Amino acid sequence: MKRALVACFVTVVCVVTLAFLALPIVAIFAHTTPGHLIDQLSNPVVRDALVVSLKTSLIAQALIVCFGTPTAYLLATRRFFGHSVAITLVELPLVLPPAVAGIALLAAFGRLGLFGSTLDALGLTLPFTQTAVTIAVAYVASPLYIRQAIAAFEATDPNLTAASRTLGAGPTRTFFRVVLPLARGGLIAGLALSFARGLGEFGATIMFAGSLQRVTQTLPLAIYAEFDRNFNATLAMSGVLVLLSVALLLGLRIGLTWQRSPSKRSLYLFGPSPSG
Amino acid sequence: MAALALEEIVVPLRTFTLRLTFAVDSAIALVGPSGAGKTTVLRAIAGLVRPESGRITSNGEVWFDAAMDVSLPPDRRRVGLVFQDYALFPHLSVRQNIEYARHRSADEYLDRFSIRHLERARPSDLSGGERQRVALARALAREPDVLLLDEPLSALDAHTKAGVRAELHDVLRGLGIPVLLVTHDFEDAAALADRVGVIVAGELRQIGAPGDLVAQPSDSFVASFTGANLLNGYGERADGVTRVRLLDGTVVTTADEAQGEVVLAVYPWDITVSTVVPNDSAMNLINAPIRRIAEFGNRIRVTIGPVSAEITEESLRRLGLEVGQSVYASFKATGTRVVA
Repeated sequence: MKRALVACFVTVVCVVTLAFLALPIVAIFAHTTPGHLIDQLSNPVVRDALVVSLKTSLIAQALIVCFGTPTAYLLATRRFFGHSVAITLVELPLVLPPAVAGIALLAAFGRLGLFGSTLDALGLTLPFTQTAVTIAVAYVASPLYIRQAIAAFEATDPNLTAASRTLGAGPTRTFFRVVLPLARGGLIAGLALSFARGLGEFGATIMFAGSLQRVTQTLPLAIYAEFDRNFNATLAMSGVLVLLSVALLLGLRIGLTWQRSPSKRSLYLFGPSPSG
Repeated sequence: MAALALEEIVVPLRTFTLRLTFAVDSAIALVGPSGAGKTTVLRAIAGLVRPESGRITSNGEVWFDAAMDVSLPPDRRRVGLVFQDYALFPHLSVRQNIEYARHRSADEYLDRFSIRHLERARPSDLSGGERQRVALARALAREPDVLLLDEPLSALDAHTKAGVRAELHDVLRGLGIPVLLVTHDFEDAAALADRVGVIVAGELRQIGAPGDLVAQPSDSFVASFTGANLLNGYGERADGVTRVRLLDGTVVTTADEAQGEVVLAVYPWDITVSTVVPNDSAMNLINAPIRRIAEFGNRIRVTIGPVSAEITEESLRRLGLEVGQSVYASFKATGTRVVA
């Protein structure tokens, strides 16, 4: 009897939690008809924001992968003086309030900032340009990729890299044929998290890049700007972001499953892996 | 000149310093308790650990020389290393694992190690014995000048172990390159190698043929570690026991089942020495002159025919044993074990 009560209670709590998490998402799509939402995609504000968001996110993520992967590998495999300082530095943007990150970027690259005069001399102005959006996104999103990449590299068995070396493969071949395939799942998962964080970026972007339509106005900024003007447009943009987030979450789960059983290539997403 | 030579290799470890000088020209096994620095020796030879000082050469080619500041990276030393956990690449098939080392077809090795039927399998789908064969094939596919094996039998269960040991024994015999293996099990070492070195806390205590180590251990540690007499012979099953005819004609009875070529193990402390024919339950009686009397501490090893017995100093005095004297060594059929 007592056990049945406890089971009942737990079930109810679980249902309430799930409903709380699901309802707002459902509401976005329930508020207007899907046809209406699709119509809003031809709204220039929505279209421009989508283009700015995708363009800046793709460039920022490409930069994060190119610079973050070697950095993560070094931090995962070598211990050197200042190692923990480097790790803290990598994680810092994660805990920094986004608005502070924006101010910090302005202080560094703004006209009156630390490198302002240098950039001025080169004829470059960063703040309130699309480059600024990319920089802001890369700054706040990079820790999610790099942290996951470090974990993935640390999880690869050092005996396997040693085996590769004794089999005649140099460090580069070992990295591309052994380390990278084994860490791939973790890297994909990290990229998915970092992409999601970058798409949702608001605070740092509005401080450092402003909110100019067609130039620096990303989807979250456009949602804020359109909020009291055209509620349907904000709903459409929110719908797009929800769908993107779901796609990224799927990517994350695939990545994590891959990482867990690299030999099985299991594509089970929301259940126990078939290997048990 | 020895094919592989380690000269005054020094590697500082956490609680002691590894100091070694030895040469490998056939098959040598380093045996010692865990944490004795055995794996470090292999890693230093393979180039995965950099010694503080010393010199490592293979066929006269310098792989490491602290004085000359030479240290070839692992991929430039022609060395095959079979890891304790085999370290097969989990994301590659058996064939791809072997071809990783080879850049050519693995066919020859798939056939030689009878693993062709497994070529598409992933390491996670293989049994322990199969993994070992793949790891060995992969290491040899590199066509190494030296083969190193780290605890080659420890990842196997007792049931698989005997079969794999016999298989490995045959493979190592046919290689024609120096083989260095490390293990914590003296019986494995004696079964697989011509010479056995006992290593304790980074120091090589004694190196020699397995029989010599049992007959004449240099100190009590070697004595306790080397353990059993190993007797090679031909076994035949009859009347519920196995009779094993040794190379010198002696017939030994064992309670274990065996047929054909076998190796029997019997511990020195399970062998009784007497000057007259004993009248007891022991089924094995060897009558031969004493070949050697070796002392270490208060224990004595007395070698009689093919076996060495361990007795106390007091028994030695009481019986008045001397080299050349004809005595009886007896041990029970249940005190022997078939190990290969």
